[in-house]
Amino acid sequence: MFDLDLWREIFQSINKNRTRSLLSGFTVAFAILLFAILFGIANGLQNTFKEAFGTDANNSIVIFPGRTTKAYKGLQVGRQIQFKNDDRAYILDEFGDKVQYITSKVNKSVSASFKGEKNNYEVRGVYPEYMFIENNIIKDGRYINQNDLNNKTKVVVIGRVVEDYLFFKENAIGKYINLSGIQYKVVGVFTDDEGDREESVIYMPITTTQFVYGNNDFVDLIHLTYNPEMNSDQALNFGTSLTKRLKERFSVASSDQRAIRVQNMAQGTKAVGQMTTGLTFIILIIGFGTLIAGVVGVSNIMIFIVKERTKEIGIRKALGASPKSIVSIILMESILITAIAGYVGLLAGVGVLKLVGPSLKEYFIKDPSVSSGLVIGATITLVLAGAIAGYLPAKKASQIKPIVALRND
Amino acid sequence: MLEIHQLHKSYPIGDSSLHVLKGIDLTVEDGEMVAIMGSSGSGKSTLLNIIGMLDEADSGDYILDGLPIKNLTEKKAAVYRNKFLGFIFQSFNLINYKNALENVALPLYYQGMKRKERQELAMFHLGKVGLTNWAHHLPKELSGGQNQRVAIARALAANPKLLLADEPTGALDMATSYEIMEFIQQLNDEGKTILIVTHEEDIANMCKRIVRLRDGVIMEDKKVNQVRVSQNV
Repeated sequence: MFDLDLWREIFQSINKNRTRSLLSGFTVAFAILLFAILFGIANGLQNTFKEAFGTDANNSIVIFPGRTTKAYKGLQVGRQIQFKNDDRAYILDEFGDKVQYITSKVNKSVSASFKGEKNNYEVRGVYPEYMFIENNIIKDGRYINQNDLNNKTKVVVIGRVVEDYLFFKENAIGKYINLSGIQYKVVGVFTDDEGDREESVIYMPITTTQFVYGNNDFVDLIHLTYNPEMNSDQALNFGTSLTKRLKERFSVASSDQRAIRVQNMAQGTKAVGQMTTGLTFIILIIGFGTLIAGVVGVSNIMIFIVKERTKEIGIRKALGASPKSIVSIILMESILITAIAGYVGLLAGVGVLKLVGPSLKEYFIKDPSVSSGLVIGATITLVLAGAIAGYLPAKKASQIKPIVALRND
Repeated sequence: MLEIHQLHKSYPIGDSSLHVLKGIDLTVEDGEMVAIMGSSGSGKSTLLNIIGMLDEADSGDYILDGLPIKNLTEKKAAVYRNKFLGFIFQSFNLINYKNALENVALPLYYQGMKRKERQELAMFHLGKVGLTNWAHHLPKELSGGQNQRVAIARALAANPKLLLADEPTGALDMATSYEIMEFIQQLNDEGKTILIVTHEEDIANMCKRIVRLRDGVIMEDKKVNQVRVSQNV
């Protein structure tokens, strides 16, 4: 396939007709430039959406208990539903394969103090899995572990803001902190990129919280993440059946909206997913349209080139050029122009995105970029486009009759 | 070398057709130098195109060096043209963005010869037409006579059996025309078979045989005493 002489011929032809080649290349380069920029912007919008939903696992489901609003099975209206430890076990038994992480939670408000510094914070009694649900990052020390849970250890993991306020940048690990009169050992400091509010929290083993506050097994709410292999429809179905089973378990009317509330992120995820798919689709159509316009442009110019070179092609034929060699010379020229110009356009597009990308953040476009997969795909498309653009003109060129071409003008 | 029997050719013009060649019989032996004469529209160029396999006859036989030329595929015609025929045109028909050497080397490229080899051979032929020093000039940098000599070198490069010249001196002044004709006579002396289409009597008289066409038939076919250019000038 690789024929050095053929390439030499093609390069000579392109080189000797620079303006013409540049002109035909320009359309393609411009088309690809637009395509790259559009695609980058679409990516940027997607990134913004992703960020808007925070770094909380976006497959989470939160279950809140409430008061019943309907009488059911002889039970009164206004009954308070109380979750307990075994409700977590129940969900795991019933839906084990659909659950990724699950924790029960007890929320308390405490006044925390250390060496005279004092402030009010929220305490959350949780299971060790909660770290993955909240996507917390441990800055120092460790998170709560199973051992703490089993032994009801009096340990806490504090947020960065708590550490900053109470400890004056002093290392908090190993120090004892006073929470409403009881001493707890700080074993870890965490950060959360959702901001200060989520970092002004103190975590504690749920067993400890339950022991200290009332010595019962009451749970305020249950937070879980569903198996990420499920698609959003499956996740929505899971949420529905989870609600149904819990309502049965607590003898709540199935039409009661307040007694047990299930907040399923899959709903939002699905909506965002649909929107991004729609957006990508539109961008693809626009991009393809531009590309087709570019291809038509090249094709047009190639037809013109063939017309202009009719005489030359006639001479070549008279000297013994086979139709195949004429087709390949025109086709290769077209492919080469399209591929090179397209690549230049792509590079320019990526460059523009890099250059203006950071300043677009205020227009809801974050990190607009083009993936390397797209670059490879675009390159292949370009070569194909060049072949398509060149094929008709090349065919036409190969059918030129030398006598017509050589007729004395 | 060349045998033609009852060759007919017509071109469609609108609804009717123009009968250009009305049964041509022609035989050319090895080493001949034949002038084909006739006024414009007599069919002389059509005949040359058919002989050059640039066009195909409607009916009749054409045998070139023992090979019947009929129903050729484009590919086969390209190979035959490359191997058997050398063309010299009135308007030179050089490729304008290629220099003299590259133009001469082009038929060798289509023969599949290696680059180095074909450049050497092309240089040799350029030397034969006396243009060694102009090898790297573009056609527009050369005079008409020089261009025609490049074209002749190109026609010779593939060492063809038959040289076809269509008004080779049509675009040249008298002195240059004679120069070119002298060169063509030399080639003939070396044994090349040459066919020249012309409408100029003096050019025709420099050949060994004159075939006169009128309205698509051969009016006259006679051997003449060749006028040698070298004596003439």
